[in-house]
Amino acid sequence: MSVPATTTAQPLLTVDQLVVDYPGRGWRQPPVRVLKSISLDIHPGETLGLVGESGSGKTTLGRAILGLAPVTGGEIRLGGQRISNLGKRDRRALSRDVQVVFQDPYTSLNPAMTVGDILTEPLLVTGSSRADAQRRVRDLLDQVRLPADAGTRLAREFSGGQRQRIAIARALTRDPKLVVCDEPVSALDLSTQARVLDLFIEIQERTGVAYLFVTHDLSVVRHISHRVAVMYRGELVETGDAAAVTTAPDHPYTRRLLLAAPVPDPGRQAERRAARHRLAAEQAAVAG
Amino acid sequence: MSILSASGPAGPAPVEVLATPARAGAVRRLLGNPVAVGALVWLVLIAVLAVLAPLLTSQSPTASKITEALAPVGGDHPLGTDGVGRDVWAQLLYGARTSLVGSLTVVVVALLLGLPAGVLAGYYRGWFDAVASWVASLLMALPAIIVLLVVLAQFGRSTALAMAVFGVIIAPGVFRLVRASVLAVREELFVDAARVAGLSDARIMRRHVLPVVVPPTVIQVSQLLGIAIVIQAGLEFLGLGSANQASWGGMLSDAFQNIYAQPRLLLWPGLAIVLTVTAFGLLGNALRDALGVSGRVPRVRRRGATTPPAVLPADEAAPAPAVDPDALLALGGLRVAYPGPDGTEREVVHGVSLTVRRGEVVGLVGESGSGKSQTAFAVLGLLPPEARTSAATMTFDGADLRGLSPAAMNRLRGRRIGYIPQEPMSNLDPSFTIGSQLTEPMRHHLGLSGAEARTRALALLDRVGIPDPARVFGSYPHQVSGGMAQRVLIAGAVSCDPDLLIADEPTTALDVTVQAEVLDLIRELQAERRLGVLLVTHDFGVVADVCDTVVVMREGRVVESAEAERLFADPQHEYTRMLLGSTLEDTPARGSLPASDLHPEEIAVPLPTAGGNR
Amino acid sequence: MLLFLLRRIGAGVVLVWVIATLTFFLTSLTGSDPGRRILGPTADLEAVAAKRAELGLDRPVLERYRDWLTGAVHGDLGVSWFTNEPVGRLVGDALPVSLSLVLAATVLTAVVSVVLGVVAAVRGGWLDGLLQSVSIVAFAVPNFLVGLVLSLVFAVQLGVFPALGYTPLAQDPGRWLASIALPAIALAIGAIATVATQTRGSMIDVLGQDYVRTLRSRGLPTRSVVLKHALRNAAPTSLTVLSLQFIALISGAVVIEKVFGLSGLGERATSAAGQGDVPLVLGIVVVAVLVVVVVNIVVDIALGWLNPKVRIA
Repeated sequence: MSVPATTTAQPLLTVDQLVVDYPGRGWRQPPVRVLKSISLDIHPGETLGLVGESGSGKTTLGRAILGLAPVTGGEIRLGGQRISNLGKRDRRALSRDVQVVFQDPYTSLNPAMTVGDILTEPLLVTGSSRADAQRRVRDLLDQVRLPADAGTRLAREFSGGQRQRIAIARALTRDPKLVVCDEPVSALDLSTQARVLDLFIEIQERTGVAYLFVTHDLSVVRHISHRVAVMYRGELVETGDAAAVTTAPDHPYTRRLLLAAPVPDPGRQAERRAARHRLAAEQAAVAG
Repeated sequence: MSILSASGPAGPAPVEVLATPARAGAVRRLLGNPVAVGALVWLVLIAVLAVLAPLLTSQSPTASKITEALAPVGGDHPLGTDGVGRDVWAQLLYGARTSLVGSLTVVVVALLLGLPAGVLAGYYRGWFDAVASWVASLLMALPAIIVLLVVLAQFGRSTALAMAVFGVIIAPGVFRLVRASVLAVREELFVDAARVAGLSDARIMRRHVLPVVVPPTVIQVSQLLGIAIVIQAGLEFLGLGSANQASWGGMLSDAFQNIYAQPRLLLWPGLAIVLTVTAFGLLGNALRDALGVSGRVPRVRRRGATTPPAVLPADEAAPAPAVDPDALLALGGLRVAYPGPDGTEREVVHGVSLTVRRGEVVGLVGESGSGKSQTAFAVLGLLPPEARTSAATMTFDGADLRGLSPAAMNRLRGRRIGYIPQEPMSNLDPSFTIGSQLTEPMRHHLGLSGAEARTRALALLDRVGIPDPARVFGSYPHQVSGGMAQRVLIAGAVSCDPDLLIADEPTTALDVTVQAEVLDLIRELQAERRLGVLLVTHDFGVVADVCDTVVVMREGRVVESAEAERLFADPQHEYTRMLLGSTLEDTPARGSLPASDLHPEEIAVPLPTAGGNR
Repeated sequence: MLLFLLRRIGAGVVLVWVIATLTFFLTSLTGSDPGRRILGPTADLEAVAAKRAELGLDRPVLERYRDWLTGAVHGDLGVSWFTNEPVGRLVGDALPVSLSLVLAATVLTAVVSVVLGVVAAVRGGWLDGLLQSVSIVAFAVPNFLVGLVLSLVFAVQLGVFPALGYTPLAQDPGRWLASIALPAIALAIGAIATVATQTRGSMIDVLGQDYVRTLRSRGLPTRSVVLKHALRNAAPTSLTVLSLQFIALISGAVVIEKVFGLSGLGERATSAAGQGDVPLVLGIVVVAVLVVVVVNIVVDIALGWLNPKVRIA
């Protein structure tokens, strides 16, 4: 954690030696340890990129912060107060501060509800009046650059990128302090992806919300993150400044990851490929 | 019909609600369906006749007059009398009452038990689910009629009691359907999102879970009503219905006793039962369509479901490109269209031309909906049967592919044109070993013996970098990782020494480190065997890694094609430039968070976390 | 696999025990006096009381349950209250008739529905539409009505089949087949409608899977793709539905036996229930559930064999 500016302030979110076990599948199977003592923190207004491959536990970490995964050991604190293993009522109260944008914009919005209903729901449960909620919806749609009449239409009438904007609007309804973004642009086309990422950044700069941005894509993480954490098989192998981690990583796994991502330029990709083959040979020599 | 089947012929479709928009729309769609209207009219008619029975006949349905036994049609008895002189018309009318009340009893009991139990078991799982599921499986193992016999033996003949007990016996059907729907919706991300949004369980159930559960349940209720009528008729036929109560089943029992003397007595009750139960069945199917519950069955397969469409010669004089003599695959003016719901055709590929030479890797790039995969599948002849495909030219190694018979196409596919799919796990048959899936095409195309094919398959598995070929050969797909499965599929694609490989997003489903290795493998195999490759992808990094030539597609048209070096260095088309500009690879890192962006004062405000200091 | 099998057998034993126990206590609830039922309304009170004592009904219910269960475990299901014949023999005589009928109907259902389901899924078009419409009607016709009509046409009018009665298989296989042909067809119609539509649905599902497209991309003949690969993957669904239909067929057989005058378990059950012959009713329930349990175990083994994930584990 070599970011001097942030070390002085109190972190917004602290994950302290977090352990998550999922119950074993089938009869009398031992539980599977998905997260092995993870520690990290996120400061107000900051984006922490969380990179890893499938099965690395990055999504589970996000879900644990949201209260959707069982916390076996360690603690998660928000503003110094413990939020792991809360009771249902306390967890619901937390919904004001911690929100989520999921990967799949097709299943994260109820297909049978209008966009307006989706966006007002979190407001109405906390006792807002319907008129206030409607006003807020217009404001939110404007923030995510959707037409004002979008509220009356069903979510399934929108394209993937537009749905993801709706999901972002839903996350923002109650001005959260932290949004967990679980691969929010992976399902989108390239051109849409860039625009949605820019929307994330713009919203952050305006509102000061913090993001935990989970992704498998180093170039995405580099674009949006202030700091990056790299996960591998349930452990955090490297944390640091985004530029440093995504250009000159320390950990062998991060280096493999970086060199494996192809560059959209034939010449440079040939170089990167050669570098990857060299690294693989080196790592094999060390291992063997 | 068979008794006690919890699902009707078309079965209540489990879960998978495509869309349940406004209910008003569903009613309108239902009333727009003539079959549904017919069924509804019949059911309403039966209900009206049942209610108005005393007004429609002056005869008593149960008063037997032995002197008037088997009286003919006419006079006081519009439909004659039965074996003990009871009026048939009156029995039919009052029997409708018995049937409708009985089937309603069944449905009410089954719903009262099955619906709440299914919702609770599906939503909370845990011990309640375990107990309820066990009870359900216990009830489902019981032959319904035998249980009813026991109950009636103990408590005396009573149709109402029998139907209530039958409701209990059939409740597991409702329970299982509801539970499965709830379990499925519970896994949906929108339920997680609702939870994160702070909704209470009760509200999540009302707003998100119940709307998904209701449509399949409504359909099932419609079928249960029919089943109940049949079961009740069976009991009455056995003589176990309430005494002194007219019933359709009782009428059939009487008709059975007089089957030699007066077979026509079978007609009226038989017709009443069959038509009413059919009406419930048809109504159920119409409801399924109207409520938009997918019957799991895509509505597209109509004709020759397994025969792919032949590619037709284009009737227009399309600008056929000068065919390169070195071309392995030459495609000119390819069009693909699908019939729309209103009978019009919707074209998704509008005249695509491209060439793949021997030893050349052509990247076919575009965003979703660009028609790139449609183009690749058109070449393979693997588009869905309803697709209409035409082309000005479509040659493979000089031979025209258009109008080729399925058998002739089968001789090319697998043998000379290999295919690598996108998603490794779903593209291997889960029921057969990897070895048998690898050897089957080789034995078919190359006429190899089992032992020869095995030797060759093991060599291939070794070649694609699988560490323990013999073990993988004997494994089932679920026993290997995604990266391994993709290597197996690549081995399968090249097993019969093809000249052309068509790869549809072959690395999209893989982790980047695995992707790099798989791309290495494709590149090596291509060089070794001088394969022509058509590689469909959306990723310019992948293109830069392996492709010699690039074809960029947008909305079914080719916007630009060029050598890879040139395309990246100097993209001509605005769309290509926009796509390349969207890649994040070369954008600067965002940098670290400036100290001024911090808002420590916000943190000082205590978060509204109740009980946070425990 | 062995562990899996043992667990299934254990669960089956528990199921039979639970059902038997529930039935026992249900039938010992106070209903009308069994002694009165057997001797009729004219018998005097002393005779009725003597009859009760003879049947052991004056003893506490738990004691009777213990004795009955001990007997049942050793294969002794008691004697009929009305005929004093051993329940085991009464059930044993009737069982072959019912089993012949139900098994014949099951085989018929399996064969016909797989053929219909596969053809409808693969050919599509009008054939598929026809199957769908016919199955709705077939599902709606009570099987005893089908039986009545079949018997009227083929036995009474045409005289091709016997209208009534059963010939044991050992006695004359040809006449055995003739005697159960019509009842089995009548019984199977609804089950065929159900299993065929389910088979059609799962075949269409499987044919739409990615791996089927990949198999076709390998140039394999349609016959192999459909009959070897697709059918194999669709089979578990059909088999599960068939096993549920088997239970429904047992129910249906009770009514069908009456139509064709077959003295099977159903006929026994109907009369025993009508008279209130508790030991016989209990015996029939136990045997019926036992048959279901055995069939379910066989189906589970078949499903395990079809599914490599179970077989390998």
